[in-house]
Amino acid sequence: MPKDGGIGASTKRREDIRFLTGKGRYTADINLRGQAYACFARSQVAHGRINGIDTAAAKALPGVLAVMTGADFAAMGGNPAGWLVQSRGGETMKEPKRPVLAHGKVRHVGDAYAVVVAETLEQARDAAAAIEADITELPAIVNMAQAVADATNRVHDEIENNVCFDWGWIEDNRAAVDAAFKAAPHVTTLKLVNNRLVPNAMEPRASIGDYDSGTGDYKLYTTSQNPHLTRLLIAAFVMGIPENKLTVISPDVGGGFGSKIYHYGEEAAVLAAAKALNRPVKWVADRSESFMSDAHGRDHETTIQLATDLQGNFLALRTETLANVGAYLSNFATVTPTFLHGTLMAGPYKTPLIYVNVKAVFTNTAPVDAYRGAGRPEATYSLERVIDKMCRELKLDPVAVRRLNFIAPDQFPYTTPVGLVYDTGNYGATLARLVQIGDLKGFEARRAASARRGKLRGLGLSTWIEACGIAPSALVGALGARVGLFDVATVRVNATGNISVMVGAHSHGQGHETVFAQIVSDRLGVPASSIDIVHGDTSKIPFGMGSYGSRSLAVCGSAIVKAVDKVIAKGKKIAAHMLEVAEADIAFEDGMFSVPGSNKAKTFGEIAFSAYVPHNYPLETLEPGLEETAFYDPANFTYPAGAYACEVEVDPDTGRVEVASFACADDFGNVMNPMIVNGQVHGGVAQGIGQALLEAAVYDGNGQLLTGSYMDYAMPRADDLPMFTVDHSCNTPCTHNPLGAKGCGEAGAIGSPPAVVNAVIDALQRGGHSNVTHIDMPLTPARVWAAING
Amino acid sequence: MTKVTMTVNGKPVSGEVEGRTLLASFLRDGLGLTGTHIGCDTSQCGACVVHVDGVAVKSCTTLALDVADRAITTIEGMANADGSLSVLQQAFQDNHGLQCGFCTPGMVMTAAALLADNPKPTEAEVRAGLEGNICRCTGYHNIVKAVLAASGQDVAAVAAE
Ligand code: FES
Ligand code: FES
Repeated sequence: MPKDGGIGASTKRREDIRFLTGKGRYTADINLRGQAYACFARSQVAHGRINGIDTAAAKALPGVLAVMTGADFAAMGGNPAGWLVQSRGGETMKEPKRPVLAHGKVRHVGDAYAVVVAETLEQARDAAAAIEADITELPAIVNMAQAVADATNRVHDEIENNVCFDWGWIEDNRAAVDAAFKAAPHVTTLKLVNNRLVPNAMEPRASIGDYDSGTGDYKLYTTSQNPHLTRLLIAAFVMGIPENKLTVISPDVGGGFGSKIYHYGEEAAVLAAAKALNRPVKWVADRSESFMSDAHGRDHETTIQLATDLQGNFLALRTETLANVGAYLSNFATVTPTFLHGTLMAGPYKTPLIYVNVKAVFTNTAPVDAYRGAGRPEATYSLERVIDKMCRELKLDPVAVRRLNFIAPDQFPYTTPVGLVYDTGNYGATLARLVQIGDLKGFEARRAASARRGKLRGLGLSTWIEACGIAPSALVGALGARVGLFDVATVRVNATGNISVMVGAHSHGQGHETVFAQIVSDRLGVPASSIDIVHGDTSKIPFGMGSYGSRSLAVCGSAIVKAVDKVIAKGKKIAAHMLEVAEADIAFEDGMFSVPGSNKAKTFGEIAFSAYVPHNYPLETLEPGLEETAFYDPANFTYPAGAYACEVEVDPDTGRVEVASFACADDFGNVMNPMIVNGQVHGGVAQGIGQALLEAAVYDGNGQLLTGSYMDYAMPRADDLPMFTVDHSCNTPCTHNPLGAKGCGEAGAIGSPPAVVNAVIDALQRGGHSNVTHIDMPLTPARVWAAING
Repeated sequence: MTKVTMTVNGKPVSGEVEGRTLLASFLRDGLGLTGTHIGCDTSQCGACVVHVDGVAVKSCTTLALDVADRAITTIEGMANADGSLSVLQQAFQDNHGLQCGFCTPGMVMTAAALLADNPKPTEAEVRAGLEGNICRCTGYHNIVKAVLAASGQDVAAVAAE
């Protein structure tokens, strides 16, 4: 049983009180004294050469304080890619400069080329509309295959064939993989598109720049998932200001899902404008700007081939992918389709030979980067779809085939042919649990009932794995990362015994304020109500790499544990002095330092007080105070895994798909707060169902974004989704972090899309449409109807 | 600029607005009631829902002048008089019906109006009633549960978990 309010309890979230009463404090809610308002002028064409920008009319309008264009930022640095990927031939990827504002060329619809600052938002908007940009439109590069084939038309004039890199993983395995395919009894081939998505956190991006001309200090309030990374990028790469002269504050942030990891040009622009005008400058995106300028997700075109014997044993796997990176490299754009995708192509299976090829392609579209799952949903979708297709071709049972190929529990640690070492897992257990909670045995009866109502019912499976808890710094460094991926926590025990914990992770919906307090409370034996979690402010927190890649608990949570353990260790020294015994004789449990077998004891509060009022204290050997910081760098990724089942009903007359049920059996390792974990799975699955059935970011041939609002981009709504059945009772704790935690934030979005699509194909096949072996996402009524009637 | 007066959360308020000033802006910028959020520019997301004379209204597409002298309720006015959470707000916390909190004010306002109209809704009625409010975090499961729970219905059986 979990301790009350400790690890494993479904503690209600403390942050909810402010959110439920309108007291959340999001960036757009902040108003600084004397602030001016920024509005960006954005390209309406996908590709064009800027001949000149006439700002005279805009500057003459009432209230306008400044108009800045790309030329004003040309001397600044570029916003860098966080990861340098090597091509197959050994050459380093192409990294074009990503300027604060477009200069020379505009490269996608929504590419900002000027910013207006005015006394009011309305004045800024009016003036932005009055800027006259002389832009010669160039043919838009939208289609990836055409982009690669086009020798003359280039998104970046210096980059041939619009190819950022051509990556092979692992290149040395290629010949053996090809040979295995030649000898294989059966080969299943599938071409598929992993549809482009817009992350659509409900809070649009917003930034407020502030500058203190007395001290030379900059301050940025911004909607970021990782304020320290944003500070580093702005200070060291873009603006060239000392890190200690820039504070970045990310207060309450209304969802991120990846899109708020990255540094965006607007952040540097409002800081520069604030300095130039010596007053705060505020910018809040409207939703249309978010659609055009937030980093999008996914957008892969893949051919995957699976070689098997006739019993369904996987012999070899190979994939060829074109990955869209859009017009500029966003910060994680190069790692997402490579090391977060190719390394996952083993899935939970013991496929002996795997080769992955990914070409990253520049196009005249918004930058594409990590979106919930980031590369791993793309890998899982390709793999789970081709397995499903193979099972149909060979008339094999998809449950049995998965069991046949699972890495067995006694094979861990397991080194995959794509470079990862899985520490632990039990894939058969989660699949068995799924069969139970999803009542797979009852499917046939439900199918018959659906059929009586004229509906085609189908069942789809997906058994997924991911690598998260990102990431071991030395490993990622060897693979091209430009940063370390540890995390940091400071546990500050105050003289009166209450505690502030400063954490490098950032909560934008995950509930860290509650869960991290549960962990500290559990280990220190002090009530959670006396523990505060502080995040999102670089001036208060030592350092941190933020939240993404399901890393908050596995990495930052581990840093918290390390820091707490240091506090306990110091407390023991103090207690030993006060109780006049040897340090080794002191035990600590439930908030009490004691000498077992005696009545000698000091409470945690007494020790804290003594640390700050050191009258009876070992001052010769120990510093006063009780505050400890720990940096934790993970030894390995963590490997959550699970088994998902989706049942759909297809209306054969309209092609409409309804998700009838969705069940998840996950292994997240040790779970700190089951209520929150369930919520994370629900949200991830909803996004995965959205990808499978509803969502698509669509550009036309001229590079115009056809899905630029909620009128055209179908977000999952309450009546599109069922209740979910979720379970995480089969857990194999992570072997290398102190909490045994693996991470759960991305799971739902990774595991669910193939389950949905497999279910629809199953429904159609069972309904007699045996010619339908694949439909690309999103499976809209039009696409499904066309497949049925094609 | 025109002077507008209205009642917000039971208190008379007034301010100078332009003809084009939206109720959402008046509440947020004029009155500092930033609990009402703006999540879109096409009247699609519901983050901005408030009550006008008890009816759920999208404040991002309502002109401040059009609701002169009417009674507005925002999320800041939903707690009990002693500051404790109302039954509906408490149900959202109890059932983990919110994550990032950005859609939450609009969800609570829409759900409150829904329950006022239909005190014992079915799951399908709740889902249909929330159709104009987008949440990107929760997958709606726990929001639907929260609304059903607030209506006094037993939600233990709604979904196995
Ligand atoms: S802000 Fe009003 S509906 Fe989106
Ligand atoms: S809780 Fe984040 S959008 Fe609903």
